[in-house]
Amino acid sequence: MSDIADRVKKIVVEHLGVEEDKVTETASFIDDLGADSLDTVELVMAFEEEFGIEIPDDAAETIQTFGDAVKFITEAA
Amino acid sequence: MFDLTGKSALVTGASGGIGAEIAKALHAAGAKVALSGTRVEPLEALAAELGERAYVVPANLSDAASVEALPKAAIEAMGGLDILVNNAGITRDNLFMRMSDEEWQSVLDVNLTSSFRLMRGVLRGMMKARWGRIVSITSVVGATGNPGQGNYAAAKAGMVGMSKSLAYEVASRGITVNCVAPGFIATAMTDKLNDDQKSKILTQIPAGRMGAPEEIAAAVLYLASPEAGYVTGATLHVNGGMAMV
Repeated sequence: MSDIADRVKKIVVEHLGVEEDKVTETASFIDDLGADSLDTVELVMAFEEEFGIEIPDDAAETIQTFGDAVKFITEAA
Repeated sequence: MFDLTGKSALVTGASGGIGAEIAKALHAAGAKVALSGTRVEPLEALAAELGERAYVVPANLSDAASVEALPKAAIEAMGGLDILVNNAGITRDNLFMRMSDEEWQSVLDVNLTSSFRLMRGVLRGMMKARWGRIVSITSVVGATGNPGQGNYAAAKAGMVGMSKSLAYEVASRGITVNCVAPGFIATAMTDKLNDDQKSKILTQIPAGRMGAPEEIAAAVLYLASPEAGYVTGATLHVNGGMAMV
């Protein structure tokens, strides 16, 4: 697993308090990992900080799963 | 009780009678305070009076860019921002049939839209800190209406609905959002009323007197305190019984 995926997973695990093995490529933050809409905003904020990037609101809306997040950040970072 | 040591507060309209008292009360409880307003001179004077832990951050709330920059300036000055007090407000009174779009819009812009932008701007830090206090100063007329103040009453009632909505969203993050609704308070604004007008107003106030800015400040201090952590989406009316809502 890439370094970016590891860092994203760490944030997700810490923020949502879920088991690491639940955070799979297709795991949806809301449907599978128990996030509410405010959690997803906070996750995006945490990603921005961790990777020093800006994630615009329309892009943030497309980040639904762990895989989406890794893909977006890999392209942006 | 009500110890704000280590907390940082931004107060808008701090050059006015009520705003200055709010800043003093928060400062006296140990908070750092950022004093905002359009007129720098009275802000500097207040900062000098308060001494340490007081910072001047001027802003023009009718200007969107200036509003957006304000939370950043306050955070830079104080190193954080835990408490936002939306106190600044203007009036452009006119009878409904004579009210211009400009009179309507300017009151909505400064009183309501700037509060929205400031709330949005301070949330990020509060969410991360899992602690925050937002207190907006509304008015009794937001609940009762007042002839000649259709714009002002709309803005003040709007702040209440906005605060309740935000209160829902961020309650789980340790952030409370409340309003304080003053009745008739003795300030420079009410000093302009003549004795006849004043005595007429007083007949409608069960307490038989105008309120003091300190009495508004005390309500804000409570809602800003750790002790008020379970109070959110509320409006605390401080009006001598003038409207019991």
